[in-house]
Amino acid sequence: MPPVLELHGISKAFPGVLANDHIDFTLEEGEIHALLGENGAGKTTLMNILYGLYTPDEGEIFIQGRKAEIHRPSDAIAQGIGMVHQHFMLIPVFTVTENVMLGVESTRWGVFLKREEAAKRVRQISEQYGLKVDPSAYVQDIPVGVQQRVEIIKILYRKAEILILDEPTAVLTPQEVAELFVIMRSLAAQGKSIIFITHKLKEVMAIADRITVLRDGRVVGTTKPQETSLSELASKMVGREVILTVDKKPPKLGEVVLEVKDLKVRDDRGDLAVKGVSFDVRAGEILGVAGVQGNGQTELVEALTGLRAVEGGEVHILGTETTHATPRKILEEGVAHVPEDRQRDGLVLSYPLLDNLVLNTYYLPPFADSIIIRERAIIAAAKERVGRFDIRTPSIFVLTSTLSGGNQQKVIVAREFSRPVRLVIAAQPTRGLDVGSIEYIHERLVEKRDEGTAILLVSPELDEILTLADRVAVMYEGEIVAILPAEEATPEELGLLMAGAKRLPETLVAQPVEKEPVSEV
Amino acid sequence: MTVAIRPISRALFQRERAMGLLFALLGLAIIALFGPSAGPEQEATFVLNFGQAGKTTPIPDLVLPVQEAIYLLGLLALFLAGFQLVRGFKATNLILGAIIFLSILAFLIWATRGKSFNLTGMLGHMLLRGAPIALGALSGIWCERSAVINIAIEGMMLSGAFTSVVVASITRNLYLGLLAAVLTGGVLAAWLAVLAIRFKVDQIVAGVVINIFAAGATSFLTARVLVENPALNDSGTFRPIAIPLLSRIPVIGPIFFETNIIIYSMLFLVVVTHIILFYTRWGLRSRAVGEHPLAADTLGINVFRTRYINVIIGGMIAGLGGTYFTLGSAGRFDELMTAGKGFIGLAAMIFGKWNPFGGFASSLIFGFADSLQVKLGILGGNIPYTTEPLPSEILLMAPYLATMIVLAGVVGRAIPPAADGKPYEKQ
Amino acid sequence: MSEGQPGKRLRRILDQSQQVAKETVLGIGGLREALLVPFLAILTALIISGLFIVISDPVVVSAYANFLQNPGYAFSVTWTTISSAYGALFRGSIGDPREIYRALVTFLQAGDAAPLRLALYPISESLTTSVPYIFAGLAVALGFRCGLFNIGAEGQILIGGLASVWVGYNITGFPWFIHLPLALVVGALAGALWSAIAGYLKARTGAHEVINTIMMNYLAFRLSDLLLTDPRLMGRPTGTPMTPQILPTAYLPRLLGSPLRFHAGFFMALGAAALVYWFLWKTTLGFEIRTVGANPDAARYAGMNIARNFVLAMGLSGTLAGLAGANEVLGITHFVGGGFSPGYGFDSIALALLGKSHPLGVVLAAFLFGTLRAGASKMQLMGIPIDIIQILQAMIIMFIAAPALVRLIYRLKVEREVTEVVFTRGWGG
Repeated sequence: MPPVLELHGISKAFPGVLANDHIDFTLEEGEIHALLGENGAGKTTLMNILYGLYTPDEGEIFIQGRKAEIHRPSDAIAQGIGMVHQHFMLIPVFTVTENVMLGVESTRWGVFLKREEAAKRVRQISEQYGLKVDPSAYVQDIPVGVQQRVEIIKILYRKAEILILDEPTAVLTPQEVAELFVIMRSLAAQGKSIIFITHKLKEVMAIADRITVLRDGRVVGTTKPQETSLSELASKMVGREVILTVDKKPPKLGEVVLEVKDLKVRDDRGDLAVKGVSFDVRAGEILGVAGVQGNGQTELVEALTGLRAVEGGEVHILGTETTHATPRKILEEGVAHVPEDRQRDGLVLSYPLLDNLVLNTYYLPPFADSIIIRERAIIAAAKERVGRFDIRTPSIFVLTSTLSGGNQQKVIVAREFSRPVRLVIAAQPTRGLDVGSIEYIHERLVEKRDEGTAILLVSPELDEILTLADRVAVMYEGEIVAILPAEEATPEELGLLMAGAKRLPETLVAQPVEKEPVSEV
Repeated sequence: MTVAIRPISRALFQRERAMGLLFALLGLAIIALFGPSAGPEQEATFVLNFGQAGKTTPIPDLVLPVQEAIYLLGLLALFLAGFQLVRGFKATNLILGAIIFLSILAFLIWATRGKSFNLTGMLGHMLLRGAPIALGALSGIWCERSAVINIAIEGMMLSGAFTSVVVASITRNLYLGLLAAVLTGGVLAAWLAVLAIRFKVDQIVAGVVINIFAAGATSFLTARVLVENPALNDSGTFRPIAIPLLSRIPVIGPIFFETNIIIYSMLFLVVVTHIILFYTRWGLRSRAVGEHPLAADTLGINVFRTRYINVIIGGMIAGLGGTYFTLGSAGRFDELMTAGKGFIGLAAMIFGKWNPFGGFASSLIFGFADSLQVKLGILGGNIPYTTEPLPSEILLMAPYLATMIVLAGVVGRAIPPAADGKPYEKQ
Repeated sequence: MSEGQPGKRLRRILDQSQQVAKETVLGIGGLREALLVPFLAILTALIISGLFIVISDPVVVSAYANFLQNPGYAFSVTWTTISSAYGALFRGSIGDPREIYRALVTFLQAGDAAPLRLALYPISESLTTSVPYIFAGLAVALGFRCGLFNIGAEGQILIGGLASVWVGYNITGFPWFIHLPLALVVGALAGALWSAIAGYLKARTGAHEVINTIMMNYLAFRLSDLLLTDPRLMGRPTGTPMTPQILPTAYLPRLLGSPLRFHAGFFMALGAAALVYWFLWKTTLGFEIRTVGANPDAARYAGMNIARNFVLAMGLSGTLAGLAGANEVLGITHFVGGGFSPGYGFDSIALALLGKSHPLGVVLAAFLFGTLRAGASKMQLMGIPIDIIQILQAMIIMFIAAPALVRLIYRLKVEREVTEVVFTRGWGG
């Protein structure tokens, strides 16, 4: 029996980068085949080609042994291919049913919508595959885990046989990931074939029947979980020996730098996103805030950095109250903010590099003299920082948009870490970066911590938290459900906390203490 | 862009307070401005019959004691203000609209003291003056629901007005003129669409281009051609068509069922737009394109084609709106005769939350303000506490001030289609 | 880098010039993009406007009615119509070269400057007309730099004119070096205030400045009607809608003698352009304004106060527009009447776009527009309505905003994909 899907010699180039380089890939019926690679390896490009969003420069696609011409998503859908994208393709102001039926609406006379009919079918699929949803709910009102189920129902509604899941676990708690895996196995058992894209090694070992590793646009190898190991996969992904730990000395603690008391913050919709959170961070330690994205971390960081109003509670930095302070005042108190969305908040992409290096310090001496800008000082400082932080760029005058993601993040880090700072607030500092840049950022963070800076690290990547944090706080639905010392923070424990299944009372909240060196994976 | 609105919770609170204060201010203004200067025994007579005698069922005039009525209205406004300050309303827009309505009512009663005034006539006039604004709002809705901002409604109206007159004058057929206007609006909209969708020109810049072009071309051709050939500038106007039976209903009849085809079309389009947007496949897909074009694209919907079609339909409606000024009232074209109605239509669209019925209701409010300044010329009247006649220019400013107030109070809360204004990039 | 000292210096100079180049009119695509495309844009616009002239000319139309019998006549009539129209444009804006030559000879031989002045009248008019364009163009450009679309320049010019005219005829007994600056300052401040309102509304409520400035325009027109028609306010006792004449102590001096209207405001305008350049690129305030325009989220993150910058940008923009109005009053008309500003505010939108929102580009574009307008006045004498300028402008803006269109028409090759400037961010919801 021919494989249900075969990709042969697929190549795709974008300006300046060869995203896919003669890739061969097969998918057997009823298998869960993981496509593994780090950010930028070409996985999403390949799947977008399969789904008709891109056209390949070279190569062919065969479905059930027959050549398939896919030039647009509707072709892919017609061939039985469905894709759940990394960033959900759901319309928040529509209901579940409307989202599912969009594009294949049941109509009367081809014009008027028959919502009830579609809702019935949604319920049918929901029951058949164990995907619990309320067809009449508005997507903006349902949690992320349920939204994902809607996405899966969407593709099953269109009778997909080949399912592509692009980084589906990015927004899920460990428990929700387990649930998703159960659903995936059920789908596979019922004859569906699944391509599972990820950069997370452990997931791949847990769920995949076969694993194909992509690196720099090329297939590096295809194996089965039984025949390989985490470190082997990691090396294949990156192309060299990967040390999955960071050398970290025990923290040398100082005074309390950031003190947060009963903080309450509202989100854009007016609901309370942060519901009375308290913690503090001392000089010389890294406090990691773990939690699935969407549990109030974004709002917490925005409130701490002055970008969002505080509804209640207090924030003190080195004794000074900054609860309602402006971003500039907070900056001037010695706070560095590495923002979650570097391209939107952290940089002006249309500016040359050197302007971004002084984006928040341009008005201070030596860069300015009252309101007059001193360009020579800026140029000198920019040159120095580019060197010190290893920013790969032909000149300090190039437009920032031309830099790679990793280099852009280095610009932000260079800017923030060149100021005298007492507190660093880093939100998802390594999102979307290649391993080399991730290592670099991690090293800089630990370096700053050893210099006596307090660091608040907010990240949905458990591995990052486990690698870097001295203490771990877990956020769930706007509250901190626990603060643990690093050695007590096991993935299982954190997983339970992140899912809200558990919470630790105040008395068990750890105090920072001196401890022996810790090594994590 | 929410930049100016964050920090949001404080702003929300402040806005509620500000609204409450605004309401209170209006209430006090009602009482202070209009109450005392009315004589104690004065009455305002509101004639409610309109239209041809004998065609509508006659009903008696409405006579109101002036001072009592004004104080009542003022107190009502103050009550609402108090409620807003203490508890706050959910639908603040609605209450704002209601209080503005009360103020205008009080003003009318005051202006009519000792005289008689045809209320139904004025309401009919309100529908008339609001019609082009409603058509402008509808045009905006069709475009913006698919995430294309149409600043060029004004230019499309103007061009529609021009071609309608010329074609109607040449063919001596008003309906052909109407058709010409619709087509002109469609062509200009296609131009906007090509610039914004294909060439990814900023939608506001593209709209400004069309507006400037329309103003220039119509004025140029008017001065160059129409002045020399007045026969080309004499189209005649549509006569009102009375719908049998329905037009005999008192008050409502003469307003809604005894008017010209342009108004009927507008009313029809409001309903049809609503049905299409929310009950048909096309509407669902168009709204999807406006909210999340990438999602729609991944589901096989042609984002570009959808936008093109909706923008062109929007343009055609705007062209129809232009005929209001010519075939619907003046019977001739004068340079720049649309006088900003297209822009006010956009404000009505925003105030109506991008919904057809909301836009219609909002345009009635604007139409009201507009018709006021005409009717008040008849009433005369002085500035309160003085013997100075109210200058008409102040009243002419009313619609524009109203627009600004509306925008200020509303925009931060009103949520446009999510992809509004952003060109769609295909990979 | 292991280059020698001279190599390093050369690199630094190249880097810096690259930086300067990026700041000015060039942008991505280099010299060809910067000069060829605008040139072709203007050319195409002229052609399309020419079409309008031709199809509305009864002589040409009747010639084409008989096209099959006499095609030659149709073509020649088309050519003469267009060429005489644009010839008038040229003579009205630059002048008649032979007449200038003769007048120059007369001046050199006999010392008589009068014929020279007459011959140079068109050029003088072009430069003089470009003065309000420079100011208004800078106004709109400054707004653009902050991401704000100031369509209200027209109203701000009017308000500035009204304010300065009031000072001009109402304030008596002061010498020129007090009266004139006072009138200018008051005009500038009036424009600033009028514009800052829209900026404030945007900052506080998020209301889009496009609609608010348009509304402020209509308010300005009505207000002006009110003021001009009432003799007790600013009208003349006779009831004609005009203000009284300003006192000579408030005149902006004309520099070249009658009948040339070239006045000192010209140098003020150039100074303003230099000032705007210095402000935007050499000061912290200017850096903030540009950043807010380029990326408001990043600007907030960087600690900049968006609301304050909106108000500042709109206020400065209005100041410049107000100065445009003040200049017109104090330098040219010496009173305010109906039709005071023949669309300078709207034209300046095209100007700012053409000049890529950069002071140097704006000045050059203003010269172009001033030339066009001066020439169009001459075209009016030939029966071509002045509205032809609007058509021309719309075309120019369109081609500048969509260079891909120009490239498409002329089959130009694209070196690199150029991203168009986007100002729109929706209605501020």
